[in-house]
Amino acid sequence: MKLRKERRSVFGTVMLALVLILFAAFMALPVIYMISSSLKPPEEFFLFPPPLLVKTPTLDNFKDLGYSLSNAWIPFERYLFNSILISVSSTVIYVAIAAMAAYPLAKHQFPGKAALNSVITLALMFTAAVLALPQYMILSLLGWIDTYLAILAPSLATTMGVFLCVQFLETIPHSVLESGRMDGAGEFRVWWSIVVPNIKPALFTMVIFQFQAAWNANGGNVIYSEALKTLPAAMTQIASAGIARAGVGSASAFILMIPPVLVFILSQSNVLETMAHSGIKD
Amino acid sequence: MAIKNEHSLGRRIRKNAVSYAMMAPFMIFFIIFTVLPVLAAIVLSFTDFNMLQTPGFVGLANYQRLFTADTVFITALKNTMIFAVICGPLSYLFAFFMAWLINEMPRKLRVLLTVIFYAPSVSGNVYFIWTYLFSGDSYGIVNGWLMQLGLIQSPILWLTEPKYNLTIIIVIQLWLSLGVSFLSFIAGFQGIDKSQYEAGAIDGVKNRFQELWYITIPNMKSMLLFGAVMQIAAVFGVGDITQALGGGYSSVNYSTLTILNHIQDYGTVRYEMGYACCIAVILFIMIVLAKKLIFKLLKW
Repeated sequence: MKLRKERRSVFGTVMLALVLILFAAFMALPVIYMISSSLKPPEEFFLFPPPLLVKTPTLDNFKDLGYSLSNAWIPFERYLFNSILISVSSTVIYVAIAAMAAYPLAKHQFPGKAALNSVITLALMFTAAVLALPQYMILSLLGWIDTYLAILAPSLATTMGVFLCVQFLETIPHSVLESGRMDGAGEFRVWWSIVVPNIKPALFTMVIFQFQAAWNANGGNVIYSEALKTLPAAMTQIASAGIARAGVGSASAFILMIPPVLVFILSQSNVLETMAHSGIKD
Repeated sequence: MAIKNEHSLGRRIRKNAVSYAMMAPFMIFFIIFTVLPVLAAIVLSFTDFNMLQTPGFVGLANYQRLFTADTVFITALKNTMIFAVICGPLSYLFAFFMAWLINEMPRKLRVLLTVIFYAPSVSGNVYFIWTYLFSGDSYGIVNGWLMQLGLIQSPILWLTEPKYNLTIIIVIQLWLSLGVSFLSFIAGFQGIDKSQYEAGAIDGVKNRFQELWYITIPNMKSMLLFGAVMQIAAVFGVGDITQALGGGYSSVNYSTLTILNHIQDYGTVRYEMGYACCIAVILFIMIVLAKKLIFKLLKW
């Protein structure tokens, strides 16, 4: 113990901390500016030189947000409802089907196992953005354009959760599973009563990643009806109005940011425990 | 486990029916919305599909047009390669070194720092904030301050001017790049067996940089590969921010047009699906080749 401590000079730590602070400022300043701007009254956006921080904070932008999103037909709550409905159902369904698929992919021997696992790893690189156009054609073939399914169904096809879950499961010894098998339990039973309780960190991590992805889903290309649009889609419309609406735009970005960051803070230890097994063995 | 020869493939599949049944719900979505889209794009790239008429086979005409007649595609290819070559390695090293720096700090600070660095990447369209920072009039923070300092006389159209906009978007992409790979690195650093460092110290490892090079990096090989896969996906999938901030397919001289924006232009604006699929296939090939190349480079 002593040996290593001696080599780590306090001076070195301070120098590294200074470098870190510099980068942390780069990361945090836009966020601070966003929070501060969300509290600015409109006239403060037209001062010269432009102030970074708010002078006379007000909550008007947040109230305005409700107004500007409530045109005659669609109240703000509707967008919020759509986003919550899609995020929650996507998360619940995905975690269930991904955890169930991960079990045989990690622990069973069957023809095609290696091939399926490598296709899943390869698919990590095919992001939602890259697949959007061909997915659009499939959705339109199915007649799902302009329905909730147009956002929900593709979100269930991502492989990140399955990949992380398989990696995590591989660290669980076979002996743990065998004890369940001896009692004559079926594979589904083994999965539910032994696998699931043992992979809680991985389940939490899937919840976080899937919720983030679904919460941020814009769906601009596949949803046309105002009543079915998500919060990010509605807020993109506000943000595109430029600096005159910067206060309301910042307020909307701030609101959108809270749920994913909060969810992450609450469960970051589970996430890091899962990510410790995230490596690709090639 | 030895599999006896007399067991035919069919019998083995039937014997493992329960494995397939458990995978089925996920696989149905995976096949329909990930595998099928890739296959459909490949098939349709040889047709003149336009969403209205039955697609007709056109052979290699789309590919020929892409490489010989579509000069805008060459711009998109160039911009995407700039992203891949500059932003890819930079964001990868950024994620790695920030994770390392955070790991060198006292334990209590780590969670706070992790949240600060990770927050931008999880928050959908929070990057819109940069349009206010780089607003093209004197009310934008950057213009306002540079004018106040007397460094520029009149406001610069940061996000419109081809001289600046791609560079600024690369900086914003770096700001957004500390995502899943960053978390993987953080976890990787925490997971290294501490006794290895003690052993290293006895073997003559003198400072934290040597520790990083001789002990930490070799121990994190699998994380480094995973991180590479994530950053490849991120740089080749760049399109939302170039479109939203720089104009993408409607930018001046196509200065912020990426391949993805070019696909969006032909697919969602012009409905030339066959041609858009052909561009998508090129993007898929680039992603797979980039992964192969990076894995070759990272194997030591």
